[in-house]
Amino acid sequence: MPKVDKSILSNKDKIILDLNKILKSENVLSHEDEIRPYETDALAAYKQKPLLVVLPETVEQVSDILKYCNKNKIKVVPRGAGTGLSGGALPLADCVLLGMGKFNKILEIDYQNKCVVLQPCVTNLAITNAVQDKKFYYAPDPSSQIACSIGGNVAENSGGVHSLKYGATTNNLLGIQVVLMDGTVTRFGGKTLDSEGYDLLGLMTGSEGLLAVITEVTVKILKKPEVAKAALIGFSSIEDAGQCVSEIIAKGIIPAGMEIMDKALTKATNEYSKAGYPVDAEAMMIVELDGTETEVSELIKRVEDIAKKNKCSSIKINKSEEERLKFWAGRKAAFPACGDLAPDYMCMDGSIPRGKLAEVLKEIQTLSKKYELPVANAFHAGDGNLHPLIMFNANDPEQLRKTEEFGSEILKYCVKVGGALTGEHGVGIEKRELMCEAFNNTDIKQQIDIKVALDPNSLLNPGKVYPILRKCAEEGRVHVHGGKTKFPDIPRF
Amino acid sequence: MSMEEKQNSQTFQDFSSSVLKPDKEETIAEVIKHCYKKNIPLEICGLGSKKNIGRNFQSQKTIDLSNYSGIIKYEPEELYIKVKSGTPIQEIKKALEKKNQHLAFEPTDFGPLFNGQTNEGTIGGVLSCNFSGPRRFKVGSARDHILGFRGVNGRGEIIKSGGTVVKNVTGYDLSKVITGSFGTLSVFTEISIKVLPKPDLTKTLIISNPHLKKGLEYLGVALSSSCDPSGAVFYPEIFQDKFTFNDLTTKGPITAIRIEGSKLSIDERIKQLINELTVDKKEISILDPEQSNIFWEKTKSLNVFSNLKNNLLRIIVPRSEAFDLINKLKIHSVNYFIDWGGNLVWLQLDQLNSSILKEIKTIVKNLGGYLTVIKVDESLKSSIDIFTIDDVKYKISEKIKKSFDPKRILNPGKMYTGI
Repeated sequence: MPKVDKSILSNKDKIILDLNKILKSENVLSHEDEIRPYETDALAAYKQKPLLVVLPETVEQVSDILKYCNKNKIKVVPRGAGTGLSGGALPLADCVLLGMGKFNKILEIDYQNKCVVLQPCVTNLAITNAVQDKKFYYAPDPSSQIACSIGGNVAENSGGVHSLKYGATTNNLLGIQVVLMDGTVTRFGGKTLDSEGYDLLGLMTGSEGLLAVITEVTVKILKKPEVAKAALIGFSSIEDAGQCVSEIIAKGIIPAGMEIMDKALTKATNEYSKAGYPVDAEAMMIVELDGTETEVSELIKRVEDIAKKNKCSSIKINKSEEERLKFWAGRKAAFPACGDLAPDYMCMDGSIPRGKLAEVLKEIQTLSKKYELPVANAFHAGDGNLHPLIMFNANDPEQLRKTEEFGSEILKYCVKVGGALTGEHGVGIEKRELMCEAFNNTDIKQQIDIKVALDPNSLLNPGKVYPILRKCAEEGRVHVHGGKTKFPDIPRF
Repeated sequence: MSMEEKQNSQTFQDFSSSVLKPDKEETIAEVIKHCYKKNIPLEICGLGSKKNIGRNFQSQKTIDLSNYSGIIKYEPEELYIKVKSGTPIQEIKKALEKKNQHLAFEPTDFGPLFNGQTNEGTIGGVLSCNFSGPRRFKVGSARDHILGFRGVNGRGEIIKSGGTVVKNVTGYDLSKVITGSFGTLSVFTEISIKVLPKPDLTKTLIISNPHLKKGLEYLGVALSSSCDPSGAVFYPEIFQDKFTFNDLTTKGPITAIRIEGSKLSIDERIKQLINELTVDKKEISILDPEQSNIFWEKTKSLNVFSNLKNNLLRIIVPRSEAFDLINKLKIHSVNYFIDWGGNLVWLQLDQLNSSILKEIKTIVKNLGGYLTVIKVDESLKSSIDIFTIDDVKYKISEKIKKSFDPKRILNPGKMYTGI
């Protein structure tokens, strides 16, 4: 992480006094017990208490805080619900943590323009809850949707299981209001489709809190499809499952969701949620289709034929809505189910071309043997997003080290076969040093140039996304040998 | 000749000519690097289909990418195609057609508007301008379909972002910011773009109705219906003669709603939609797939404004404001049609000058929208703003421009003075 500025630490009392002029004193937290809840996000292996926490209530306060911090060269780490899996909201010892939790209201539901205007800390699921009585919904559905905030979704460009058909956050967003590090308040987009000039809305989406703080969001809502039907299909080999996915798409069918779990995960989730999964199958797939009754019945028949042609070992189509939800309940409980198998698990998030699934899973099995760590795999087959879950015991430092190395090797392999380091969790601090696998120095420099253009002192969420060791093209990745990094003076949590 | 110039002249044979036609990425990078060193402003060009859109600006040389063309990789099962930026849309469509796939965002064809002949341009041009056709409100615009790119920035450096998979959040999404930047940030070289299966069939429900207000109401119901339309347009009465189809039994203004999918599903959804709209059987016609395709092809290529002699604006507003907008603009001599279910107004004006444009811009801005001047008399071009921007965004855009193209050599001033 960036070097701690000791002068900021020693100036803490003065900073608190100054911030008290901007905010109500109860919204400036500095006592150890008050700030402890903010020391980590969902990448819980990393912890760091911030210098202090501020909880603004208005856009003006956000602007004043950033202006103040910019002037005094104080680092700022924005935070939504803190559910991110890549450490994007991990504080720095000398930072002001900007907790956006009080921005939690839905401001406007506009059915005529099919959009909802809301503050950034409204949860993802709350949007759908607010409009479902009129049979509308918000499409992106990351698995943490019950807790994750829409502002965080924008910052990370979150996806979910329906991304192939309905896109990720960036495709479902109409506008945002943001505050830049110098305190400038502005809007990108609005209630219109596309916006004038450079697509700054697109640039901000997925920028992991490095370019601006999001203070308002306008999202598109969609009419709920009339019916949804799901098929639960078992395969006796991963290859057959992979081939089935490719063929469904080649035949012109775009399912709303298409999920694959390997045998290990199918077994674990079935025991956990009693979803009625084919536990003997090497791979299990859920294919969901939505639309009108006729269309869905027609398509599900076609999927059934394709599955049979690809030697599926079992196939079940939901007979009731209840049964369909049961199919999904198992998949959605995949992560907690792994929690039952081992004291800890690390969830990876690579993207791969759909057709490479069998090859990548085979490689993961080889690596699993090499590192002597069990692994289970969940795959958003529709959009190529792979989530291997590596099981380990975090109390054993050697296992943690091996797990991280195992994880990096998986992600590198994803890049090698034409995929990406991260499909939806973001780079954060977790995959920062792996950026060099995907990009060369020129690519990274161009990105850093944009950062510097909007935040010349690199004060907004520094240390995230981009590798600190700039010569990464030569270094490859930071190699940890025997627990010692090459640069032991750079703190790594 | 300096050593450097000698070296350059060996690689791109004819740097002395004002139009350079590189056929390799390295050559494009070399040309730009050279121009960066020498402060030579460049115009970036494909097939010239949208050349007339944007401000006039000074350039010393043109990079013509029409020789940098071809499909690099097409993987139908992976739903993407990777092409060189100068590849004509026609060529891409042909390749996709063979696998029953398409570019779902239907790039706008400006050819008929400017010279009466279809010219869909190149993929690089389509993405650089980000103008998308009738399916936009359902599937997103060009910017929603780009998966990744390689390109050359204003320093002559080859940069890349994104990839070929739909889910990728590795680093900033540069594909988005370069799409729609009219060649002012980087020159696209390789582009990976999402492709989708072509719908089995298309039919179009046409409702004849006398009022704009009613037409917009129908479009609103259609957009909020679970029958999932993929086109929703309103043509006023003046254009009725532009659409003569056997299946079109009504006269007058046209409200058209496109439904796509399998045959059974289309018929069911059209029936459902007719119910939801509560329209009388006498008021409706249904275009069969063939006629339907022609209708939307005409809409996509602005057919009603073919060979237009005067001015055309592209106005985007929240759909709730479209009615107000048209009413406020009626004091001028205008013709228009409405696309994207009410979100997009193509407005033709007999007369335009800077004060009228200013007035229209204020109206549009107050309604929460923005406009782009698509066609205007050359003599007026230098005195008006073609694009809209506010001061804060101008400052931010200036910084973004500088980070990609510090010496302002790529299409300088094409969008805004100083950018």
